[in-house]
Amino acid sequence: MAEESSINEIGKPKSLAQFRWELFLFLLFVAVNIVNSFLSPYYLNLDTFLSTPMNFLDKAFLVLPMTMVIILGNIDVSVGSIVALSSVLMAVSYNAGLPMPFAMLLALLVSTTCGLINGLLQIKFRELSATIITLSTMTLYRGIAYVILEDRSAGRFPSWFSFLAWGYIGKIPFIVIVFGITAVVFMVLLQTTRFGRIIYALGNNKTACEYSGIRTGRVILGVSVLTGLMSGFTSLFLTSRMGSTRPNVALGYELDVIAMTVLGGISTSGGKGRIVGPLISIFLIGFLNYGLGLRNVSAQVLLIILGLLLILSVLVQNFANRPEQKPFSKSGESAAFGHLSDASGGSDIHENSAQGG
Amino acid sequence: MQLQNNVSRDQNAGYRSIETYRELGLVLFIILLSVVFQIRNHHFISLSNIRDLLANTAILSILTVGMMMVIITRGIDLSIGSTMALSGMITALTVSAIPGIPPLLSLVQGMTIGLATGLINGILIAYFNILPIIATLGLMNILRGLTYLISKGKWVSAYQMSAGFKALSTGETLGINNLVVFAFLIFAAYTYFINNTRTGRYIYAVGSSPETAELIGIKRRRIILLVYTLMGLLAGLAGVLWVSKFASAQGDTAVGYELNVIAATVLGGVSVSGGRGRVSGILLGSMLFGILANALPLINISPFWQQFIQGIVILAAIISNVLLQRRNEKIVLKKRSV
Repeated sequence: MAEESSINEIGKPKSLAQFRWELFLFLLFVAVNIVNSFLSPYYLNLDTFLSTPMNFLDKAFLVLPMTMVIILGNIDVSVGSIVALSSVLMAVSYNAGLPMPFAMLLALLVSTTCGLINGLLQIKFRELSATIITLSTMTLYRGIAYVILEDRSAGRFPSWFSFLAWGYIGKIPFIVIVFGITAVVFMVLLQTTRFGRIIYALGNNKTACEYSGIRTGRVILGVSVLTGLMSGFTSLFLTSRMGSTRPNVALGYELDVIAMTVLGGISTSGGKGRIVGPLISIFLIGFLNYGLGLRNVSAQVLLIILGLLLILSVLVQNFANRPEQKPFSKSGESAAFGHLSDASGGSDIHENSAQGG
Repeated sequence: MQLQNNVSRDQNAGYRSIETYRELGLVLFIILLSVVFQIRNHHFISLSNIRDLLANTAILSILTVGMMMVIITRGIDLSIGSTMALSGMITALTVSAIPGIPPLLSLVQGMTIGLATGLINGILIAYFNILPIIATLGLMNILRGLTYLISKGKWVSAYQMSAGFKALSTGETLGINNLVVFAFLIFAAYTYFINNTRTGRYIYAVGSSPETAELIGIKRRRIILLVYTLMGLLAGLAGVLWVSKFASAQGDTAVGYELNVIAATVLGGVSVSGGRGRVSGILLGSMLFGILANALPLINISPFWQQFIQGIVILAAIISNVLLQRRNEKIVLKKRSV
């Protein structure tokens, strides 16, 4: 019976705590909007509300896979560099004569490959943390972007390309529609598919997962590839929004993205959190930035606020999780994962498990 | 008991010999690079260039000392670039406001600022269980923002700094550049600390197995706090030296420098999975890094290649580390089965 209930609990709000966190974020979001509407008399109407996300939604594509990465218990700091590299390659190949649709495909292909490389490195060298691997590929990918474009910028895209970031379908911005669809896809992936459930299981107890015969390598690879693909989406929308690109584009995006994800209630110790939280926090931070922009607050203050938000949200969650952890015993956890494992064979159990001796 | 002793001694011996091989490899690589650079540009091995090289590597090597301790405890510190900027900016502003301030007091001021930021990092990581990468990433941005706020976006330039302040890193003691003297003193103290004192050995213990370390009564959290505080202290010192060396304090001083430091440390054989690393290693690692940085412009390689080369070097270093470690473990297992 205990097993039954713990299966249902994985990844769902274990108690009211998580639900309350999302509610709290939502209230904060409402508060930000109320303050914003005082700052500008033109703020409170549907058009503003629909068009403001055009300024920050490009980044939001990264939050979706980052949620998966953090639930896995990892961190990926290379996303900003992947965005830069694929954006630079797209611009350069277009300027070299490749038709724009193919250049866009190339950008997606490059970013996915970058993600694949991250994933392969992670599963081939399991002794290394994802942090250090993505830290080195972060340097490498941006390094390649610098080698290609040095300190120049590239652009002169066809005029229809700006439709991605600035176009409307009916009254709704194109990017909002694309993001909405992608978010739903990720939500379904994470909450209802086997792939998604294994992500939670892996984040909770990696060893138990491996011993239960789950092919953890494939899941890690899958998440890395998705991260790469979404970086490609970001690079398309970002480049379209700016109209040109440079090697130092999307610098520091990893901080924004990790901060949004963690603020959304995804625990950095892995295995916990729903995608709804980060979705709310994307809009919370986005509208907050917009409001601060209305007040002419400088970008440096935004840096400080973001850094503080990141640390504070982890702090609050660490405190909130503390009493919760006790009743949820370790043995209960591994038993629960025994249930999940209907896969055969334990081929993915790494030789490392022999390390204990 | 006897058997176990033997095994652990074997393991240690194996580890040591492999480390020595790796360091020999680094030395050979450094020699090879120097020969290649010398062929391409005859000024590479000259007294003045070697002096430059040492002076330029000194700040990096000072920072690798702190980073080595952090990485040994399985942590990472991304905030040191920002700490350097903040400490450099505040000391430079103080010097421009009070030109008469003794240079040594500036050093103390910078180190205090670094100590404070390191302490914040350490408390967040050790006592509030925040992942090192999250805490230091957050602090990296907070400190950078603070630097811009304090300077109001302006630079402090050479003419605003006193001669004594600039002499901190451009002056000489006994014919040797001050920076090299600083680095030498720090390395001497550090070698003694990490190898011969109880606290130093505890750092290794906490890194190789946090649980065991706690079981045998090591105050793990205190060690972690100490490690990040020392890192901050060194970053604060490095910030003052940096500003005094380049005679300019800017908002974007040392942006991304943490990556160079991490690269040099990892290149020197400090294992990111914790518990392993030697002083000789980081010395060689930062030398190699210094040579690369010094020589690439000399042989006309565009500076835009630097980040790419850096990325390749880090990746190669961490992967070769893992492969060596795996081979080592295999050897130990084989010995045990015999």
